Amino acid sequence: MTTEALVGLIFLPLLGACATVLPGRLATRAGVLAGLLPLPWLLVVVTLAVVQDPALFVELGGFAAPLGIRLFADPLAVLMLWMVAIIGGLAAVHAWFDFPPDSPAGQSFWPLWLLLTSAMNALFLSADLFNLYVCLELVTLTAIPLIALAGSKTSVRAAMRYLLLALLASLLYLLGIALLYNATGTLDLYLIRTALTAAPPAAVVTALALISLGLLLKGAVFPLHVWLPQAHASAPGPVSAVLSALVVKTAIYLLYRLWLWSVPAGTLAAEHALMLMALLGAGALLYGGVLALLQERLKLVIAYSTVAQLGYLLLILPMAATAAWPVAWQGGLYQLLSHGLAKAAMFLAAANILHALGSDRLSHLRRLDQRQPLSLFTLAVAGVSLMGLPPSGGFLAKWLLLEAAWRSGQWWLLAVLIAGSLLAAAYIFRILAASLGRDDPTEAQPVAASRSIPVIQDAAALLLALLALGTGFAAAPILQFIEAGAPAAWSTP
Amino acid sequence: MSFGWQALPLYVTLVSVVTGILVFMLGEQRQHTRTALNLAGAILKLVLILIMLLAIQAGATFEFRLPLLPGIDLLLHADHLTMLFATLSAALWLVTTVYAIGYLEQSPNRARFFGFFSLCVAATMGVASAGNLFTFFIFYELLTLATWPLVVHRGTPEAFAAGRVYLAYTLAGGVLLLIGLVWLHTLAGGGDFVVDGTLAPIAAGNENALRGIFVLLMLGFGVKAALLPLHSWLPRAMVAPAPVSALLHAVAVVKAGAFGLVRLIQDVFGFELAASLGLTDLLAWMAAATIIYGSVLALKQSDLKRRLAYSTVSQVSYIALGIATGGVLATVGGLVHLVHQGLTKITLFFCAGNYAEAYGVHSVEELDGLGVRMPVTSVCFTLGALGMIGVPPLAGFVTKWYLGAGAIAAGAPWVIVVLVASTLLNAAYFLPLVHRIWFRPLPDTMAERADGLSRVRQIALVGPTAFVAITALAAGLLAGVPGSPLFWASRLVGAEAP
Repeated sequence: MTTEALVGLIFLPLLGACATVLPGRLATRAGVLAGLLPLPWLLVVVTLAVVQDPALFVELGGFAAPLGIRLFADPLAVLMLWMVAIIGGLAAVHAWFDFPPDSPAGQSFWPLWLLLTSAMNALFLSADLFNLYVCLELVTLTAIPLIALAGSKTSVRAAMRYLLLALLASLLYLLGIALLYNATGTLDLYLIRTALTAAPPAAVVTALALISLGLLLKGAVFPLHVWLPQAHASAPGPVSAVLSALVVKTAIYLLYRLWLWSVPAGTLAAEHALMLMALLGAGALLYGGVLALLQERLKLVIAYSTVAQLGYLLLILPMAATAAWPVAWQGGLYQLLSHGLAKAAMFLAAANILHALGSDRLSHLRRLDQRQPLSLFTLAVAGVSLMGLPPSGGFLAKWLLLEAAWRSGQWWLLAVLIAGSLLAAAYIFRILAASLGRDDPTEAQPVAASRSIPVIQDAAALLLALLALGTGFAAAPILQFIEAGAPAAWSTP
Repeated sequence: MSFGWQALPLYVTLVSVVTGILVFMLGEQRQHTRTALNLAGAILKLVLILIMLLAIQAGATFEFRLPLLPGIDLLLHADHLTMLFATLSAALWLVTTVYAIGYLEQSPNRARFFGFFSLCVAATMGVASAGNLFTFFIFYELLTLATWPLVVHRGTPEAFAAGRVYLAYTLAGGVLLLIGLVWLHTLAGGGDFVVDGTLAPIAAGNENALRGIFVLLMLGFGVKAALLPLHSWLPRAMVAPAPVSALLHAVAVVKAGAFGLVRLIQDVFGFELAASLGLTDLLAWMAAATIIYGSVLALKQSDLKRRLAYSTVSQVSYIALGIATGGVLATVGGLVHLVHQGLTKITLFFCAGNYAEAYGVHSVEELDGLGVRMPVTSVCFTLGALGMIGVPPLAGFVTKWYLGAGAIAAGAPWVIVVLVASTLLNAAYFLPLVHRIWFRPLPDTMAERADGLSRVRQIALVGPTAFVAITALAAGLLAGVPGSPLFWASRLVGAEAP
């Protein structure tokens, strides 16, 4: 049953994608629905199995690793899968109106969307560095045309830039795993641990450095984030939401797997590597925050906010060697979850605003509370979570991170966390202040409402924001689930 | 976790949340429905609180607990302190709602205003019934979020500038509070509010850590309580409409800060521990400095609302001074001032709003001779001013009497000096206003003006003003009668502090 569910998570969207390209109007609709609707139900099965066994291996076709392919599910993977199902699902509801399945736009949109979903699900379930490479490539190669579907000059240019940098990143990653395979003879994430200690350190360190560099580039970690803001800001709304909430996090997820699962504690100068990545995270948080504050367009503010918020996910790494690790890990994953929900809500709301007003310049948002009240409400609620103010999932995440920083005595982390929150408050309130402004009679009005927004699109955005708010109250069971699968603390030998 | 009768404090909070959301959803046009909804919400809340009061008298306890994080609960409960603050804010909310309906008639964005107005009161209720510091923090920050749209309500550049200052201060204060909370949590876990605190057993060896925590929390609360030097957001926030100023200054924001200080000393540290660490002296001196400084600056203001705002800066610190002086009498003085200052200051702000709405009066000079034109408002203003100065037998006098007697009992006679100085300064900045209103002639330009308030607005604006003025008068005159604020404050201290 569990095996079927796991396989279904990967193959149903894939089969759906195949169905959407068949001729006939019904085929596209059927493909989309069959590829996406069953995912939450399959996930319930997987979640129940993982609650029983927090490190669930499933061998496909009965061949054991390292010979056969095996799938792996643990609380981290299940959390990511749920995010794909919920955030991706609600974004798909939103996309249904902009890209109706029987329209030409829909014909090119939905196969890519389903492939992306399938690739992400496969990525979170893979246990092998090479399979992960394939999945990561698929994620990138489906995400990029989705950006270009916006059809504007900026979006095509941004997609091209993303493509070139992502190919470079893939090359680095591939080189790294080739070196690693040469040195250890295995690519299984969970078997490589013992092999790494016996392998020649120089080759392993080079390999890890190459893989990490590739992942940092794909994850848009400061200072390798240059491709992200334009790409995320110029993509169609639902695509932006999924890119910021899920796609960049696939790279962060792989960094976690690599450094916290595969690399043995206390070897290969890993402490230094983790500290370096945390410093990059701190840079991202501050630089992204300041840049978000300087943007003049709503979607760019939100995109730079992604650059900043990714920083939190790396900041927890140096605490792996301290007693505060369980708290830090919970805080990091809760941040991952609540940021995903809040950011997707913001991008969908921004898309609605863009459609309704014909512009997303902050100076054109005046009287938004009367023109697009639900969108503004969504921005505000999601914004509260991004700032880390209560009551929201973002607040609980920030509390856990602060507590971990305090317990581990990493005072600089405490300062960075606080500065990041204040910057977030500054750029969110800047949006809200712009939206409550009065009309300036001397200035020409922006393009009049180009069209009204279907209520379902508003509802999809609002629901995501309310989920971000709701995670501020439902933390106890989620954290308990996460805790069961926390990677072992790196208590320094 | 129980959602039954026990969880009444949760429902009292939710009433305002639901009212707020419904008001948002109604939109701008459905004015009568909105008015009915606002009043129904306010009355329902007050009724629930009265039921809770009676039930507590009969020995019932109320508690709602929801685990949020390992070792941290969202806890709403109802102790005597909760009831004091909750009753005050629920009653004043009802009055302010009536006033605001009249005040904002015909002005734009009323749905937004009343929506956030309700959320603001929900946050205040949460602050009142929070059963531990973590819960307190949640609602304290929520209050910041809910009041910001009210401060910038007018949408003018000045309003947004004031909003920025307001956010800068309150968010920075929130950060200090958060750091203090994390520190306290790692040291002692997330304890509930308990009379006399829970920290005494771990004090040995952790003196400096506790001092650090106290200072962080005190500054965090001090921002909203407008303690010197964290007060300057308050006069700027005067750009908001009058009901907001009345609510912010009399009930919600500054009181939440002061209430936090009360909780901090009484239910987290305990007075004994705080005093032994030298922390109450620190707070007392800060409060004393704020009292004097606020009064001196009030003297210099020519804008009526700004003068009242500096007066608030000064008067709210009486609460901190009372609880930091310690002893039964001074604590009663501090706690009762929570109510007295609320009633008196809301009267004054309502009056200022009436003057501004009727004749566009904003500065002190324009008050000349208005007593003839607006007798009821002017009588209320006079009562409020005299109450603030502390003329016997008005409410301010009761406070000052208890503070003074308590200071002597606690061996801190310097407090008397502060009280006398402050009283003189209060007289210096309030009596000239009273003199202008009643004894200066109405300027010719004014005499010809026929504007004023329409019949309906007169009822909606002057009615609540008179009501709060009479309540404030009664709180002073009938201070010795069972059921008065003083009675409750004494019972609170008698029941809670041996």
